[in-house]
Amino acid sequence: MNLLDIEHLRVDLRSRERRGAPRTVIHDVSLTIAPGEAVGVVGESGSGKSMTVKAVMRLLPRRATVGGTLEFRGTSIPAMPGRDLARFRSQLVSMIYQDPRAHINPLRTIGDFLIEGVVASGQMNRAEALEAACTLLRDVGVNDPQRRLSQYPHQLSGGLLQRMMIVMALLPSPELVLADEPTTALDVTVQSEVMAILTEQIRERSVGLLFITHDLDLAAAVTDSLAVMHAGTVVERGPSADIYAAPRHPYTAALLASRPSPTSVARPVSIPGRPVSAFEAGEGCAFASRCPYAIGQCRTERPEPRTAGTRTVACHRSDELEAVLAEGVRA
Amino acid sequence: MSEPLLRVANLRKVFPGQGTADDLVAVDGVSFDLQQGESVAIVGESGSGKTTTARIIAGLETATDGEVLLDGKTVAGRGIGLLRAGRDIQMVFQDPFGSLDPRQRVGAAIEELLAVRFRQPKAERRARVAELLEQVGLDEQHAGEYPRSLSGGQRQRVAIARALALQPRLLILDEAVAALDVSVQAQVLNLLIDLREQLDISYLFVSHDLAVVRQISDRCLVMNEGVVVEAGTTADILDHPGQPYTQQLLAAVPRPGWVPSRRAATA
Repeated sequence: MNLLDIEHLRVDLRSRERRGAPRTVIHDVSLTIAPGEAVGVVGESGSGKSMTVKAVMRLLPRRATVGGTLEFRGTSIPAMPGRDLARFRSQLVSMIYQDPRAHINPLRTIGDFLIEGVVASGQMNRAEALEAACTLLRDVGVNDPQRRLSQYPHQLSGGLLQRMMIVMALLPSPELVLADEPTTALDVTVQSEVMAILTEQIRERSVGLLFITHDLDLAAAVTDSLAVMHAGTVVERGPSADIYAAPRHPYTAALLASRPSPTSVARPVSIPGRPVSAFEAGEGCAFASRCPYAIGQCRTERPEPRTAGTRTVACHRSDELEAVLAEGVRA
Repeated sequence: MSEPLLRVANLRKVFPGQGTADDLVAVDGVSFDLQQGESVAIVGESGSGKTTTARIIAGLETATDGEVLLDGKTVAGRGIGLLRAGRDIQMVFQDPFGSLDPRQRVGAAIEELLAVRFRQPKAERRARVAELLEQVGLDEQHAGEYPRSLSGGQRQRVAIARALALQPRLLILDEAVAALDVSVQAQVLNLLIDLREQLDISYLFVSHDLAVVRQISDRCLVMNEGVVVEAGTTADILDHPGQPYTQQLLAAVPRPGWVPSRRAATA
């Protein structure tokens, strides 16, 4: 059974103003995570990546209405009663955020921070939790865990603090970890280290990972499968290596072509315009206004995600464009 | 070789420690030349001193020792006050949301600089604003808008237009494309490449992103802990890094087939 099943997720936000129209922030997101699988969600700002995570954790604002299915091990998340939801949030799923400093109390020690969750949920007592934290800290390469536990957040570097977040996330032995841009604020060498630790721990414990990032190269390197999001819709989904080598959606292809090359001087191919948010998307395909391959149908009719082999693509022209898009990546 | 546009000699910056803390040496003996029309990148991780070096050159920070010469004239260095280079050196910052006044229209933000510096009549200033906006890929309509109604990429274009308004000879770009979405980053990067061809302007490009540095610079300096560990042409350094630190930086860039690796744990 899959750990996480998201099918045709849709999220609307009621306007703050009395007569304002509701805004759709997520149109259509489908993805699954099997135990031990690492799934990447890639997209630019406003594409709905973080909203998807919030929907999974049931942390959406009150004025949000959720459609579609969201299931954890076959149990509907939106329908979970309070007690189950508390257990789900405290023991089954963990979150790692982009900026560790914004998610840690500067007035409490690292030790307090790490064990607060597991002690509060009754999984361990204080002594057990500290013991477990020490073991885990050694596993992630922290040499003197005892000293670290008594330190305060300001005494630790960003990279070390992010490792503390990983330890905090893994301490309750969750089945699923949601990581929202966990390395975006870090230097590349530190990013490499933190990702190595995260993927190693995920693999050893056979935990599912939902990895949110805007960095397609990073996502392709550390995940098994990818979902590319644009304007609140998963436009392409499939095995990471396949998507990276031969994108089937014009947006994925454009994203790949717009990265500056680290190995040669080549003018990056920019995508005209700016990323659109889900609520700005009109009738047709949300990417149509920026897409070099758009035809009349693209502007009037929203493409439904269609599955072909291991891939799911939401594009009217994906079949005829297959060769063209693959060519673009090789060029 | 002719006299360089910019000469940085033995630049040093020490931030005094507060209370019992030790002094922090942010920049320790940095020297380099930058020729007219050249684009030089400073690469390094956070805390390497790359931004402090750039800020001293721009006159936003004083130096503890050393000197910075623009066209042979000292514009920063030991005992030199702030902002001596005047309009010849301009700077574009990372955050396009923080570097514009939210209550000033885009056109007014550019016109204000022209009014103070060139004392042109109003009609000329208007025309110049339109010209500048066009140069950075915006149009006249944007002059009437507030920064909040612009996207991140458009704001960064405005910041570049403001910097260009004073016709600087050296543009310092401090992580100028780092905060932008990938698709927009490519637009702004291409704009910067084109502007250098059109305007005969020099760039000092501060960045941690080696792929971006590859596209925009002729030469680069690799900094670590306040010291330049390696310098040379960008292609040379990125293709044949000589120093272990540079090799480490390059190895950490995600790419196809890349596996994240762990060094020994550090604080």
